[in-house]
Amino acid sequence: MEHIRMPKVENVRLLVRSSSRRTQVGTLYLTATHTIFVGKGSEDRNELWVLHSLVCNVVKHKASQSGYPLLIICKNFQVIQFIIPQESDCHDVYISLSRLSRPEKYEELYCFSFNPSVDKAEREHSWDFLDLKAEYSRMGLPNKLWHVTPINREYRVCDTYPADLFVPKSVTLPVIVGSSKFRSRGRFPTLSYYCKENHTTICRSSQPLSGFSARCLEDEQMLQAIMKSNPGSRFMYVVDTRPKLNAMANRAAGKGYENEDNYCNIKFQFIGIENIHVMRNSQQKLIEVSALRSPSMGEFLTGLENSDWLRHIKSIMEAGLFISKAVAEEGVSVLVHCSDGWDRTAQVCSVASVLLDPYYRTLKGLMVLIEKDWVSFGHMFSHRCGHLIGEAKEVSPVIDQFLECVWQLMEQFPCAFEYNEKFLISIHNHIYSCHYGNFICNSQKERKDLCIKEKTHSMWLHLWEKKLDFMNPLFKPDQSQNQGLLRPSTAPYCFKYWRRLYNRFDRELHPRQSELDCLMTVKEETQQLEEELALYEQKMAVLDKERAKTLYMQKGVLDSKQALWSLPLDTSLANTPQDYIGGAPNVFTLQQGERERAELCLFGDQTKSSDADNSDQESGVADFSSHSSGEESLPSEDSVKDPDSDETGPNRA
Amino acid sequence: MEFAELIKTPRVDGVVLHRPFMPTVEGTLCLTGHHLILSSRQDTTEELWLLHANIDSTEKRFVGSLGTIIVKCKDLRVIQLDIPGMEECLNIASSIEALSTLDSVSLMYPFFYRPLFEVIEDGWQSFVPEESFKDLESMTDEWRLSEVNKDFSLCPSYPSLLTVPKDIDDESLCKAASFRHGGRFPVLSYYHKKNAMVMMRAAQPLTGTNGRRCKEDEKLINATLCAGKRGYIIDTRTIAVAQQAKARGGGFEQEANYPQWRRIHKAIERSNVLQDSLIKLVEACNDQSHSMDRWLSKLEASNWQSNVKEILTTACLAAQCIDREGASVLVHGTEGTDSTLQVTSLAQIILDPACRTIRGFEALIEREWLQAGHPFQQRCAQSAYSNGKPRSEAPVFLLFLDCVWQILRQFPCSFQFNENLLIMLFEHAYASQFGTFLGNCVAERGKLQLSQKTVSLWSWVNRPQELERFLNPLYEPNNLVIWPSVAPQSLLLWEGVFLRWNRSTKCLDEAYQEMVHIIEYNKELQNKVNSLRRQLAQLETEDSPLQTP
Repeated sequence: MEHIRMPKVENVRLLVRSSSRRTQVGTLYLTATHTIFVGKGSEDRNELWVLHSLVCNVVKHKASQSGYPLLIICKNFQVIQFIIPQESDCHDVYISLSRLSRPEKYEELYCFSFNPSVDKAEREHSWDFLDLKAEYSRMGLPNKLWHVTPINREYRVCDTYPADLFVPKSVTLPVIVGSSKFRSRGRFPTLSYYCKENHTTICRSSQPLSGFSARCLEDEQMLQAIMKSNPGSRFMYVVDTRPKLNAMANRAAGKGYENEDNYCNIKFQFIGIENIHVMRNSQQKLIEVSALRSPSMGEFLTGLENSDWLRHIKSIMEAGLFISKAVAEEGVSVLVHCSDGWDRTAQVCSVASVLLDPYYRTLKGLMVLIEKDWVSFGHMFSHRCGHLIGEAKEVSPVIDQFLECVWQLMEQFPCAFEYNEKFLISIHNHIYSCHYGNFICNSQKERKDLCIKEKTHSMWLHLWEKKLDFMNPLFKPDQSQNQGLLRPSTAPYCFKYWRRLYNRFDRELHPRQSELDCLMTVKEETQQLEEELALYEQKMAVLDKERAKTLYMQKGVLDSKQALWSLPLDTSLANTPQDYIGGAPNVFTLQQGERERAELCLFGDQTKSSDADNSDQESGVADFSSHSSGEESLPSEDSVKDPDSDETGPNRA
Repeated sequence: MEFAELIKTPRVDGVVLHRPFMPTVEGTLCLTGHHLILSSRQDTTEELWLLHANIDSTEKRFVGSLGTIIVKCKDLRVIQLDIPGMEECLNIASSIEALSTLDSVSLMYPFFYRPLFEVIEDGWQSFVPEESFKDLESMTDEWRLSEVNKDFSLCPSYPSLLTVPKDIDDESLCKAASFRHGGRFPVLSYYHKKNAMVMMRAAQPLTGTNGRRCKEDEKLINATLCAGKRGYIIDTRTIAVAQQAKARGGGFEQEANYPQWRRIHKAIERSNVLQDSLIKLVEACNDQSHSMDRWLSKLEASNWQSNVKEILTTACLAAQCIDREGASVLVHGTEGTDSTLQVTSLAQIILDPACRTIRGFEALIEREWLQAGHPFQQRCAQSAYSNGKPRSEAPVFLLFLDCVWQILRQFPCSFQFNENLLIMLFEHAYASQFGTFLGNCVAERGKLQLSQKTVSLWSWVNRPQELERFLNPLYEPNNLVIWPSVAPQSLLLWEGVFLRWNRSTKCLDEAYQEMVHIIEYNKELQNKVNSLRRQLAQLETEDSPLQTP
């Protein structure tokens, strides 16, 4: 709180990047966790909440006639501009926000103050939702060749690795220790993915400390053991994901790469993915392109090309494809490393896993994969995402690139993924938002020391509970193309600009009608229809029975009419279909029936409801609330959008 | 018959056909007057039937006695035929060359094609101007059908019947026609029912360097304005290009002479530039070198997406003037047969929900392209692989279809048709068994007696069996104006046309099938539930009399 110089400013005008011609006047509040803008006048949809931890940059612009512009640039690619009437207010907000958005300690992050109304048990449950042990046993581990080594239980051999690590049963503890001493940061070769069909593995490590000529017998034994744990093959690949030049330069610093002559039966391969600095600059350029106001086609395409972003995505995809083919088609195990083995290695191993294993194309599977290959193996989220103020050179969109590779695959294989693009975007948002504890710190050890599980909540359960929003209606798990290895094309034209992520908040750039939403509605309705149909069929069956009974009774007891006429009535009452849905009281069934009918109407009225949307389209009233993916509610902006966003309006031409 | 002379070798055995993403087929190659046919002896493999008219260019290569012909088609497909025997290969190549470049329209396949289906509705009669005028009459009485161009002498590229302001007599029309390029005086293109604003189209005025004016022309377009209202003239050319046109006798409307009109210049490229753009784009798409930079810079250099953006932007502007500014609009470029039609037809798709139905879209193409005199024969004579000297080829219509596809992508539920219809129209505009796209204008089509001697494309498309393929399962009629985004981020490469032959579409096709399945299953359930509900209601009412003694 001590950082807030100015908790409230009146008469602030809000401009949203996408439609800055119109503004909204309201009040700006600064709280310990959020910047909040409340628009004047209209009652709903006029609040904008921005988490301080999502803010990437605060910029003051030159004063304009209307006031002092303050730009808030967020890590989820939202850009918000406020115009504040008084210079001193603007400065105070600027100073406050600059400090609030650059936390110095983990404890300042939102996840430590986020306190939903759930009890301790529920919070613990949220952390138990994903279980890596279960994931390894799903893969078929431990087995007679692979087991968990206790060597890193106290994080003594490698403080950036998880406590539980799989290694070949045949390697002894001294071999592991020896190998770890020969690897950067002690990150010795360990298992990432096991393919139970052919016993092939993807292992990961950091670079060997080979320098120009050093070798390490234990490390060589380690690789030999990994190779031998795949009984079907006579060699293994060692994939260095760095460009050859970078790897060679590392030799001068006593690091480097494996010498094929020293290791038995390895095939060594460079892949050439650029380092975190290149990637950071590349994304920066891409963001600049995405944020251009009414660019020409040439500016956009040239900018896209000059950013090199898609080239990098392609190189990561190709690396993943190389490894997944080695595993699935050649049955050859692969050891992957880069320098430290937590950036490019994580990308490549996880892309290969998505290609190989349909499980990772399900909601839960992707969660597990990120938890395993990224969180547990020490991808430095705090550094890479810039959670705390610190070394700007450590920031890099490594995980963004992985999520984008998955998105690119979804574009090529629309039926192969259980989840949709909203799921990826939500994950992206939460990785940066620090709303949940999952992506805080740089390693498992740090998280344990900080008691993350005790003090924060886990995101995965939260996403799982919202899973209806994240389902891909086209998902067909049984389809042959979705079984086994995905073989994406890596032709350049198959890599596309991810508009939904980079222009996430520029609503007018997206299709005005969404195929995805439409199909999701239809599928939901189909499910209700199926239930209703079952209900009616049961009802029919009952009625048929009753009719038979009634006829029978009519025949048999004609003389004692009066007494018996009431009987079928009673039975019919007792047998109303309400009973078939679990003896619930009448009110419930009525409601149920009504609900179904109401929803039917709703669908029948879909034109109407889409009319409402369309009138939005027509009038260009932007409803930002619909794509905040539930985190922040955003204001509506009554801006008349020009159909031609260039300077083509008749008034201006 | 003269075809026989052109066919030097009618058949060759042992020919191997290579197509990307398909297994190779070995079989017998046959040449007929209009087709190149390759059939294998196995029943399981599909035969290849290729219209000679679809062949854009061919290349020959020899390795020993094995010859290879690379056939590049107007639909952008590239196939390879390996032909054993040098002589056979040369013969086949020269025969294909000759047959695919026949000059005479009356030798084209549509004149020989006999439909294998029964023509239920004759497409030649499906969209007659009188019918659309009836619709107009039901909304307004300000317009009349003029027969001034009955014998096509006033304007050879216009149809015989034209919709013009009621108060303008034929004599004035003649004078206005003499003031417009090619006699294309301003005529009605679209009437916006919502606010009674109109869109007209014409060719450039012939002001020349000394600023000629024509009172009748001024009167004609002023007649479309309500009292006190202003209109917009959208010139699809930049001001510089329009200025240059003066030197050749053309020009643009001077403010002084058209005080009630405000002129806006846009920058839609001329047809020869567009052809070059298409050639470059297709070259980029076929480039097999796997570098990202190369792809993006070639895509950029082709300017295709820029052209799409410019055309779409101009159409949005026209629609905006009409719907938002409540003003009438006159659109023209130079001849009024290319960019003008792109703009007027796209504006209608934005404004008029009827144009987003299959029938309405067909009517739009009939009205704004075929009747309006877009020179299909000239523009579609060659496609992206033409290596000869370009004459007047240009992908004007393809760009229009691309723009429609962009809007369709942005409003996937607002169109009754799907992408397949657009791709089909592209194919048939360039090579077809139907006569619809032959000739350059109504007058030429009449001379060729197309409606008697050939089958209309619409006769085929509008059969229920065919229509099914073109229906958009997501369609929900939407009566509103749909404003597309024209930002570069929103405009995509039309992969269905440009990458069609360069990638496997298996997964995408399956996704489409799944979408169809989801929606059909839903409809089926709805029907079941409704009928059960009715039955139940009936049973309950039947039961109740039993219960009352």
